[in-house]
Amino acid sequence: MMDLRWSPAEDQFRAEARAWLEANAPKDPLPHGDTFAGFPVNRAWERRLFEGGWAVVSWPREYGGRDASLWEWLIFEEEYYRIGLPQRVAQNGIFLLAPSIFDFGTQDQRDEILPRMAGVDDIWCQGWSEPNAGSDLAGIRSTGVRDDAAGGWRLHGQKTWTTRGAFATKLFGLFRTDPSAERHRGLSYLLVDLDQEGVDVRPVDKLDGDAGFAEVFFDGAFVPDSAVLGGVDKGWEVAMATTGSERGLTLRSPGRFMAAAARLIDLYHRIGAPTHDEQGARDAVVEAWMDAEAYQLNTLQTVTRLAEGATMGPESSVNKVFWSEMDIRLNEAALRLLGPRAPLVEGAPDAVDQGTWMSAFMFALAGPIYAGTNEIQRNVIAERVLGLPRK
Amino acid sequence: MHFAFSDDQRAFRDAVRDFLERECPPSVVRAAWNGQLSNLWPQLAEMGVVGLTVPEAMGGLGMDDLDLVLIMEETGRAGLAEPLVETTAVVAPLLAAIGGTVAAEHLPGIADGSTIAVMTFDAEYAPWADRAGLVVRAAADTVELVSSEASRLRPQANVDRARPLFDIAPRVLDGGPVLASGPAATALARAAADRGALAVSAQLCGLAARMLDITVEYVKERRQFGVPIGSYQAVKHHLANVELELAYARPVVYRAAWSLHVGDPLAPVHCSMAKVYAAKAASTAVKACLQCHGAIAYTLEHDLHLFMKRVWALLPAYGDPRWHRARVATHVLG
Repeated sequence: MMDLRWSPAEDQFRAEARAWLEANAPKDPLPHGDTFAGFPVNRAWERRLFEGGWAVVSWPREYGGRDASLWEWLIFEEEYYRIGLPQRVAQNGIFLLAPSIFDFGTQDQRDEILPRMAGVDDIWCQGWSEPNAGSDLAGIRSTGVRDDAAGGWRLHGQKTWTTRGAFATKLFGLFRTDPSAERHRGLSYLLVDLDQEGVDVRPVDKLDGDAGFAEVFFDGAFVPDSAVLGGVDKGWEVAMATTGSERGLTLRSPGRFMAAAARLIDLYHRIGAPTHDEQGARDAVVEAWMDAEAYQLNTLQTVTRLAEGATMGPESSVNKVFWSEMDIRLNEAALRLLGPRAPLVEGAPDAVDQGTWMSAFMFALAGPIYAGTNEIQRNVIAERVLGLPRK
Repeated sequence: MHFAFSDDQRAFRDAVRDFLERECPPSVVRAAWNGQLSNLWPQLAEMGVVGLTVPEAMGGLGMDDLDLVLIMEETGRAGLAEPLVETTAVVAPLLAAIGGTVAAEHLPGIADGSTIAVMTFDAEYAPWADRAGLVVRAAADTVELVSSEASRLRPQANVDRARPLFDIAPRVLDGGPVLASGPAATALARAAADRGALAVSAQLCGLAARMLDITVEYVKERRQFGVPIGSYQAVKHHLANVELELAYARPVVYRAAWSLHVGDPLAPVHCSMAKVYAAKAASTAVKACLQCHGAIAYTLEHDLHLFMKRVWALLPAYGDPRWHRARVATHVLG
């Protein structure tokens, strides 16, 4: 039977999470984690989160979690963003790589990787895109060359658009380990230590001014056999599972957008709408709030299915298009409210909220590009949900 | 937390879908355009669909808003041209809420299919009022019966000829029996209109899904430049957008049904959101599906227009999307 109420146990979980966060979260807003100054501060906070047992609530206790259900994970995310905490610097590890480690990893890999990831001892970044392999990911040219003497693989080539690459200690990525194979065959999913000879990380300045975005060059860096995830030349399947997590449930939980919508409404109450745009700006604000609600409701349906044993299929692409485009609309609504103050950035005397709406808007504009462009996602929806022909 | 329908609810939905696929193909909708009355109403009554919301003691199935929303979605998918929203979603629950002799007098006739009922609200036209044996009117601070003999129907020819519209001018405005007055009447009328908005929202989702199905089949078959046009990204993206909007409209509509079912104080806001999202999905579907067909669907010979025009007819029904958005805004922003 349908029941859209939380159970007493779930309410109890929420109360516990809220109490811990209120007692332990930094009193002042954290600086942005993707800056050289902000990264270590965020990392220290996420370490505190780990020590309190709240870093990875849905994981088994042995890896630092608390065996929470997916429902409880959603509740935790709501509470986390509700009190104004920012997105996690650990996110690419805990939300993208970890599900694939659980599904494809050996016991040794789980034991070694997961606790250090949850405890932010290791910061993971993603090595998918290359200068000539973006949307066409199977065009990857970076290679892993067999080194039998050392018992592993020597990496050569270049990865790019690596978020948090400048701060990360580890990289998960796809490398061509069978030079005779083409496209999505002959690729291996390798877990690379970035702190070694033969790795060169070069930061790339990005639109919203954040640091940490990087290109990563490999020239003979070593990956032992124990750091191949899911088998040699079988990386594509693992990578697709990872991108499913990225587009699907875990990277962008509803709590994040519900909190953003609440901040937008707060902004409306604080500054109102420009006199020349009162009705239009008001409509944009309420539409952003409704979108966050709709996203939550869609997620509740999805989690119901997952809780009954279903797996996330191509509908993760539906999800990704919606949250990425919603995020833009939401921040555009804020800029509409700000009117002439919209372009002001931190330091300007009249800047509202330190100019964070403009930077959030610029960050949101990356959403339809990263995690697979929305053009690719719409192709996936058309072909794999609606059944339209590929050619 | 469990956001899914029960096996029983889905089984009943499937049975209604099968029935409508068999008995209400586009040719039947098309016949309604020409004023040809189908025999669907007695059959739907026989199945229990018409009396779905009528208490069992009065011959109905005594089902709830969750059952209702799924069935309404199916009637939208079929383009059913029968006064089911009005009779089953709006008037029957209203009479059941009033109870007493009024309910006992009229609900059995609704359940057995002999009485069609419609409700009129200020500033909206009443569909199918010519077939109604029972007309309920929401006035300023009363809910009253208007006997159909005592009312003067003025037909308003409209874009969807299968869903005739009327305005109703009672000869004697205060002549009908008053069912409720004061705040109770306001609350009853509001709940009836909300249920109407919910039912229409479900129908709009069904219509969008049907148009999408028709178009997906077409673009897989239709070839230009030697390939199916559905292999082109421009076409794919139009249809992906319809799927996307439906994926977010449906849970919003289903949540509104849940809120009405449990009497959540926010049910009116949730029904308004349902109308906003369903209207958006259906409007997107109309444009995308027409465009992906090209000129063939601009002909009256093609079936798509039957569904497109139903969408246009339903957009303003029980509050247009802007009215509903404004109601949500009042709740959220004050």
